Amino acid sequence: MSAIYNASRRGFLKTSALAGGGLLIGFTLPGASRLAQAVSVFSPNAYLRIGSDNQITVICGLSEMGQGVHTAIPMLVAEELDADWSKIKVEQAEADPAFNNPIFGMQATGGSTSVRGHWEPMRKAGAAARAMLVAAAAERWNADPADCRTEKGMVVHKSGKKLSYGQLAAAAAKQPVPAQVQLKSPKAFRILGRAARRLDTPAKVNGSAKFGLDVRLPGMLTAVMARPPVPGGKLVSVDDSKAKAIAGVKQVLQIPGGVAVLAEGYWAAKQGRDALQIKWDDGANAALLSDAVSKMLAEGAAKGGALGRNEGDVGAPVAKRLEAVYEAPFLAHACMEPMNATVWVKPDEIEVWAGTQSQGPSQGILGEVAGVAPGKVKVHTMYLGGGFGRRFAPDFTVDATLLSKISGKPVQLVYTREDDMKAYFYRPASVARFAGGLDANGKAVSFSASICSPSLMEASGFMKLPADGVDEMAVEGIRDCPYDFPNLRVEYARREPGVQIWFWRSVGHSQNLFFIESFVDEMAAAAGKDPCEFRLGLLGKQPRFRGVLELAAKKAGWGKPLPAGVHRGIAVAHSFGSYVAEVAEVSVGRDGKVRVHRVVGSVDCGLTVNPEIVKRQIESAIVYGLSAALYGKITFKDGRVEQSNFHDYPVLRIDEMPKVEVHIVASTEPPGGIGEPGLPPVAPAVANAIFAATGKRVRKLPIKAEELKQA
Amino acid sequence: MISLSVNGKNISVNDSPDTPLLWVLRDTLGMTGTKFGCGVALCGACTVHLDGAPVRSCSTPVSAAAGRKITTIEAMAASPVGKAVQAAWIKHDVPQCGYCQSGQIMGAAALLAKTRKPSDTDIDAAMSGILCRCGTYNQIRAAIKDAAQSMRTGS
Repeated sequence: MSAIYNASRRGFLKTSALAGGGLLIGFTLPGASRLAQAVSVFSPNAYLRIGSDNQITVICGLSEMGQGVHTAIPMLVAEELDADWSKIKVEQAEADPAFNNPIFGMQATGGSTSVRGHWEPMRKAGAAARAMLVAAAAERWNADPADCRTEKGMVVHKSGKKLSYGQLAAAAAKQPVPAQVQLKSPKAFRILGRAARRLDTPAKVNGSAKFGLDVRLPGMLTAVMARPPVPGGKLVSVDDSKAKAIAGVKQVLQIPGGVAVLAEGYWAAKQGRDALQIKWDDGANAALLSDAVSKMLAEGAAKGGALGRNEGDVGAPVAKRLEAVYEAPFLAHACMEPMNATVWVKPDEIEVWAGTQSQGPSQGILGEVAGVAPGKVKVHTMYLGGGFGRRFAPDFTVDATLLSKISGKPVQLVYTREDDMKAYFYRPASVARFAGGLDANGKAVSFSASICSPSLMEASGFMKLPADGVDEMAVEGIRDCPYDFPNLRVEYARREPGVQIWFWRSVGHSQNLFFIESFVDEMAAAAGKDPCEFRLGLLGKQPRFRGVLELAAKKAGWGKPLPAGVHRGIAVAHSFGSYVAEVAEVSVGRDGKVRVHRVVGSVDCGLTVNPEIVKRQIESAIVYGLSAALYGKITFKDGRVEQSNFHDYPVLRIDEMPKVEVHIVASTEPPGGIGEPGLPPVAPAVANAIFAATGKRVRKLPIKAEELKQA
Repeated sequence: MISLSVNGKNISVNDSPDTPLLWVLRDTLGMTGTKFGCGVALCGACTVHLDGAPVRSCSTPVSAAAGRKITTIEAMAASPVGKAVQAAWIKHDVPQCGYCQSGQIMGAAALLAKTRKPSDTDIDAAMSGILCRCGTYNQIRAAIKDAAQSMRTGS
């Protein structure tokens, strides 16, 4: 996912007066124009709408899944517009190439790219609108625009005359769009960098916020599907007589993904699905077993593979050499809202209502499924009940489209929790084999890593394994490790156990930082050095890494006494353009039960749009990462996923929740991502604290209490 | 026909008696504020009140709710406790994705209706069955305490 785009291609397209007498600013986003022209029947624009009633509406093309983008994007626009924040509303845009994410070149939300990609274009949109409002006011007053300023939704003349943006909207719409706009210096920010309230909160406390599952259409049928229990399995035969006998069941349909029962409402559909009698051919994966996957990956890591980085000579003699093998499991996302999509295939267009992270690609994919042009695929993005990467996948929208097409009805496809848990799209399992070398003074002089996992780039369907054979996501966080090792080697061995894998919050960093930050801790212990000092000693060329590490250590009281039985661990990571360090305070019971009491985090994400959302996202990622570290694993036996619901795929509960403190490093660097970077350091910080508490190294996730029991 | 009292209104539904209350609310009555998360009372997203007590509507047959007072998130603003909880939720900007928050608010309101000054242990006991994947637990705890405080002081 390249972060490079050409800022000079940004341009404002058009303005037009709204019927109600308002200013509507359309602007293309970088990278969007080529695609926008290809689908020219749509108005290819993102919009800022200023009503004559002073209502300002920002239309956001990004999906709100909890990360706060429906607040951050309006803040960017409002800042340069000099709007009154209390008058700002946000609306979800329908899918349209004009809303392409500049970093992806398609309309999609993920990779912690939203603020990074829209930081400039959204501010420029606000600045252009502001300039046009000023020009309209100056014209009205027959004044020099230079004698006018703006504040809180008003244009103010030096004489003291004022007009509100609403009063000026119709006239502003007739002004030419400025070719160039001047953006504010961060010192002049009035909205950015402050903790504006989330715009989506009110609807989320009274039940009125509409998620994908809340869509209700006239004549809609609910579908629940039976899918092959083994990846790659095929349907042999189905007896649907019992299903069809259930009141409310309307149709039973076979599609490539499985057998669907369509009924009036979920309960009838679910009962119908459960009543299907199906014979499956389990196919080549019938014997898939987690132990065999572990062995396959361990052998791959031992053998080595494509060279990702090679500096110096890791084979050179060292005073002390240590080796370790780490492993991380497949993981489900377990979003609180199970996967679902509502689709209505009409004769010449289709409408889709879904909590999706990939509405742009969906237009093409679903258009192909339904046999209509991408421009005829209307995607209404609903609130996402958690995304975490899972809702980037097209499985639920594709199947819902097929079911609507075949049935001729609007169809809401609902995954039961068990369906959701067993539907694959897992974070890849991975094994890393490390060797580290220390000189006679305990200085780290060599580091080598051999990582084996399936290829996420290949699994994605929109990326390819690069020519060097190294999957970027399989090695991210290790290949680009910040430590000053004079001899360094990173290899990637690809193995494919046959399980559909997918992006999971922080992607490769989610396991790789656990691996490397644990192993670096092992190196520190072998060198007899304090783990924080040891890291700082290897980060001489990395001021931002040092900055977060020092801040987290200071705020956590690193080195200071703790209550009896409580121990600290530390870890640092860079991902998605941001730097995060975390210190975990952990105790381990005699029964091996791990309790995380407090996590102190620090983040350097460059300029902050909304510091409160930044802190909450770091905290959120800590909780998500802790759930995975303490409990998360998807395992296979006889080809079948062994987990099904929250009893066997537990997640952190309120009574296990640590205190969390997050501190922000003041920075003037461009903004980094924030939805994911808080996750990678938490597992190693906890594992390193467990080592401090017990002397035992956790080298395989999830953490197993039985291995930490005191004799 | 099953007669129900939902948020103070008497309603009759034709669903079979074993249909979970959740689906009667969401599909028959179109009240989608109550959420489906797990279907087997493991996540708490579907929490509603039956005669004031929190229950998991996904695992409560509609027949068991007949003749009892059903209260959902849609009616929270109508009760002083519900209002205080919602106000605290807004003050602390608790929700992230928001999907679990109907259940969290119903759980919190039921707790505060019984326990005017809940301790951390009370909060753990009442709320540990309601899962949040966004990790808003610390804000939920703070908001519950705040709501309790505002109810005591009447502010």
